[in-house]
Amino acid sequence: MADAAENTRPHPVVQLTLMRLRELRREPGTLFWVFGFPILISIALGLAFRTTGPEPVTVGVLPGVAPEVARALADGGVKVRALDEAAARNELRAGHVSLVLAPPGADGALGYRFDPMRPEARLGRAVVDDVLQRAAGRRDPRPVRDEIVRERGARYIDFLIPGLIGMNLMSGSMWGIGWVLVNMRVRKLLKRLLAAPMRRRHLFYGQALARLVIIPIELIVILVFARLAFDVRMAGSVVALALISLAGSASFAGMAILVASRAQNSETVSGLMNLVMLPMFVLSGVFFSSAHFPAFMQPAVNALPLTALCNGLRAVIIDGAGIGGVVAPIAVMGVWGGLSFVLGLRLFRWG
Amino acid sequence: MQAAPSNPLRPAVSCRGLRKIYDARGLPGRGARAAVVAVDGLDLEIRRGECFGLLGPNGAGKTTTVEILEGILEPSAGQVELLGMSWARDEVRLRERIGVALQETRLPERLSVTEVLDLFRSFYPRSRPVAALLADVELTEKRAAWVGKLSGGQRQRLAIACALVGEPDILFLDEPTTGLDPQSRRQLWDLALRFRAAGGTIVLTTHYMEEAARLCDRVAIIDHGRIIKEGSPAELIRGLGAQHVIEFALEGGAAVAEPDLLALPAVTGARLSADGVCALTVSEPARALPALIALVSGRGAALGRLETRHATLEDVFVTLTGRHLRDG
Repeated sequence: MADAAENTRPHPVVQLTLMRLRELRREPGTLFWVFGFPILISIALGLAFRTTGPEPVTVGVLPGVAPEVARALADGGVKVRALDEAAARNELRAGHVSLVLAPPGADGALGYRFDPMRPEARLGRAVVDDVLQRAAGRRDPRPVRDEIVRERGARYIDFLIPGLIGMNLMSGSMWGIGWVLVNMRVRKLLKRLLAAPMRRRHLFYGQALARLVIIPIELIVILVFARLAFDVRMAGSVVALALISLAGSASFAGMAILVASRAQNSETVSGLMNLVMLPMFVLSGVFFSSAHFPAFMQPAVNALPLTALCNGLRAVIIDGAGIGGVVAPIAVMGVWGGLSFVLGLRLFRWG
Repeated sequence: MQAAPSNPLRPAVSCRGLRKIYDARGLPGRGARAAVVAVDGLDLEIRRGECFGLLGPNGAGKTTTVEILEGILEPSAGQVELLGMSWARDEVRLRERIGVALQETRLPERLSVTEVLDLFRSFYPRSRPVAALLADVELTEKRAAWVGKLSGGQRQRLAIACALVGEPDILFLDEPTTGLDPQSRRQLWDLALRFRAAGGTIVLTTHYMEEAARLCDRVAIIDHGRIIKEGSPAELIRGLGAQHVIEFALEGGAAVAEPDLLALPAVTGARLSADGVCALTVSEPARALPALIALVSGRGAALGRLETRHATLEDVFVTLTGRHLRDG
């Protein structure tokens, strides 16, 4: 009963890839971390930072301030709350009011009480002063005209989605390859494969191919979700997106092999992964722009592979960059990935 | 490509002066701090078609030895030849000719039995069909089950099926039945015996004497990284000078002096173990037993326990080392 399929010999790389994909598909926890987690984060942060137009300015008014001042503010669209001294201090500190109006002093001037280090307090002062001065009869000498624009890609969610994709590609490669390799070492499966006539490089090819299958699914799930839920649109070239995503995954795959090259148990490799990834979560502009860090840190921050990946993804997704726009980030990631891979292979322990 | 034919006149396995030295951290070759000699000058010659056992307590160097033979570990010194080939020159060809079941391998839990076999089959240029492998190891009914759902015995049989995938000439089994129930153990023994009956060579490590006696044509008893005795199980037992063992203990933990026991007829050896049990190796129990009972009652003592049995490889080991195999 010679079954034809029984005697065909599938290529070992195909079998090793299938092994990885089957394990992934049959492990519900992994599916959550790959697909569910980034979607939950984007829902949470997308809701927290959704743009519903600016909140009205809220001010506290102390006893002794003339009622017509409060009335003028209310007419000018400012929310007014009457507060006593103690309540005013608390509400100001908590940021529930951006400014407190104090009764006029000996010189007859109205008091603006606020913390100039807070941007919303300075905005509040400007708005309140503007409303009060106009109500008091100020005429602006220079005529101006507001031209309102609604630029795509300017919202926080537009900034966040490429960052989440970058973070997901990094975690996917690091955990999906590094942790899996260490786990195979702990289970003595690496040693067993070594005892079979398997070519060592085929194991790495299998891991890489499995990632190649998963990456497009990851990207499509997040991008489709972002489009449907938040109307985030992909502005640039799909080819450029594919290139930057592959380069990022490959770079972190190289780093994963280095991190996994010696670790003898999953606790060690988890620690090493976090040591590598946590600083980049903070520094590389996943959740906020890395431009906020001081100038002297910028060269180091920009040299990080996740910064390069996030910048490249934003260039394509938000700014509509083509292939030319992702060459520099790909080069940065190539150096990280290439050096890590070569060193990782040299250090790699099978037993 | 230069041909490296496996010479049928060469032994299945031979090694000379095998040594393996670990430092204190278990990493080979890291300075001279507190080096541990795991294998200390080992010579072996295993013939084609025989089942050869490495018998010894835990930590004796059995696993290190087979892993060197399997080409997984590098020896610190010494030569290894399998089927007339060496690991340095013929690694790829050799890998295709041997089958390996490590002491412990946790195969991917979420792959089915068939998927695991397909994975291993893909590594070999010629391989046994899955259906035949499943029949070999009696896992046909479990072909679709995930590895994670298999019992210990079934997993071990799958591990051996993975070793048989390439229709190997030499099968390495490192403690194949440790931790298995008696029925699974017998199933594995039958599997090994069928492989040998078909002309295969087996290299087996074990610390079960019964397993070595049942399966092995020859055994090497290993202790502290050296071979302390080698031969067929029957030869080794004959070497004790007596084929039977009388074990007894006196009530109240009383003891009889060793010279008195050795003076009894047909007694060739006496050994008192820590738990107060005395073991006599005897050539003729029918002569030794009445004399022993007379000696004990003459002292006014009573036998709390008395047992006679055939001598085993365990007795050989204890006689050679003064320790039991499972004491480690």
